[in-house]
Amino acid sequence: MDGFFSFALDRIIPALDAGLWTSILLIVPAALLGVFIGVSVGAVRVYGPRPLARFCDGYVSLFRGTPLVVQLYFWYFALPNIQIGDVALVLSPMWASIVGFGLCSGAYQSEYIRGGLLSIKRGQLRAAQALGLTPLQTISSIVMPQAFRRALPGCGNEIIYLVKYSSLASIITVNDLTGMGRSLAKSSFRNTEVFVVVGLYYLALVTVAAFVLRIVEKKLEIPGFESKRD
Amino acid sequence: MDDPVILRVENVVKTIGGQRILDDVSLSVKKGRLKVLIGPSGAGKSTLLACINFLSPPDSGTISLDGVPVNGKSKKELLALRQQVGMIFQDFNLFDHLSTLDNVRVALVKVKGLDKRAATNRAMEELARVGLADKAALYPAQLSGGQKQRVSVARALAMDPKVLLLDEPTSALDPELIGEVLTVIRDLADEGMTMVMATHQISFSASLADEFLFMEKGRIVERGTPTTLLARDSGSRTQSFCAKLSELAGDGHCELAPPSGA
Ligand SMILES: Nc1ncnc2c1ncn2[C@@H]1O[C@H](COP(=O)(O)OP(=O)(O)O)[C@@H](O)[C@H]1O
Ligand SMILES: [Mg+2]
Repeated sequence: MDGFFSFALDRIIPALDAGLWTSILLIVPAALLGVFIGVSVGAVRVYGPRPLARFCDGYVSLFRGTPLVVQLYFWYFALPNIQIGDVALVLSPMWASIVGFGLCSGAYQSEYIRGGLLSIKRGQLRAAQALGLTPLQTISSIVMPQAFRRALPGCGNEIIYLVKYSSLASIITVNDLTGMGRSLAKSSFRNTEVFVVVGLYYLALVTVAAFVLRIVEKKLEIPGFESKRD
Repeated sequence: MDDPVILRVENVVKTIGGQRILDDVSLSVKKGRLKVLIGPSGAGKSTLLACINFLSPPDSGTISLDGVPVNGKSKKELLALRQQVGMIFQDFNLFDHLSTLDNVRVALVKVKGLDKRAATNRAMEELARVGLADKAALYPAQLSGGQKQRVSVARALAMDPKVLLLDEPTSALDPELIGEVLTVIRDLADEGMTMVMATHQISFSASLADEFLFMEKGRIVERGTPTTLLARDSGSRTQSFCAKLSELAGDGHCELAPPSGA
């Protein structure tokens, strides 16, 4: 550990700070995409027309049933080989990662959203209908606020997983935290120091994410909707 | 005796999965009266009530409110109908994520378009009426069953309904909580609210009802005043059904409750 602090300060931290931004630029859009897909697909699976709901079930099984690394390889290496007419879709490493993480995360998110929607008792929908609320008002004032609260702990956990599995982007050449760390470790031969600091960066990211989620949960907490996470 | 008819149900038929759940049901309710639906479970009482406000649209037949037939194909007419017909459910169906106050207020704001302040005032009035003004800030999870049902009554009343439909309002309650809900219903009847109620509380409703309708297999098989149908020697279905119920409950009587008794 000779000169650890000066090595960390001079070499590791500047390199990782660049990687950190890349990671954040990856995680935030992928998380948003995941939540958007999760809400849409979850809603279709519960309320949508049957064929579309079955199609969405298939999507979820596929993305939950295959390794994320394989999915990333597909988006980055395999997709360009699939020609539709004359067009082949080539994604940059960054876009392949965002699409890959977003689609995978969306599959899991839709499970939590679906659970949240299913937890709303049918009777409440009938009560809303009986009061003269329109279907749209029922969804916005009755269904969504409850489904969101029920789904929040699961969706939050999924975002925390996403922070960590974003490190897989480095295997398709994205210079994120992990990618930058690996280059530096290779060139400096100081694997221990580098990867300890990389780990600490992820720990910090996860801690911040968990803290923000906890605040949101607390803000939305009402009797009967206490989160059952312990 | 010549009060206007508020609600008229004519020849309603409802089929679910090839089965006739309602078979040519007709009734009419005059202003300020209470009609009581009695009958075994599965007779079609809940379905009939749900047909009246089109939560479960009838296959054929007519529902008229204040003499105007409802066009079930018009979404606008249905929303208007539902504003004027309140409904109380067996299992309360309060909105779990809203406080007691907001449960009553939400439709006042969203459906009636009241501003927040007017809605609050109105909601607090209705909560006071059912004796729950001090529970305005609590959530459904913090209320007893009886309190929940009283909130649901306040929620329906706040919309100024012309008719109130009650589907076994006390059947999901523990015995010691039934009384507080029945008291609210009695007050409503005394104040002249027009109501149709499905219930097994026969001796309670006998003192308030203008007519008993006994349903079985989707038909109204017997109808008449409580006094006539419950007379010991009437030989009516209602009388024997009531006798069976009270035998099961072990309270050993099935007759007209004295007007002041609970
Ligand atoms: N959604 C439904 N699907 C199938 N059958 C139903 C449905 N709703 C009611 N039924 C049937 O209709 C009949 C009447 O039910 P209901 O109106 O609930 O009776 P009650 O309220 O008198 O107990 C029952 O036989 C019930 O099984
Ligand atoms: Mg019923």
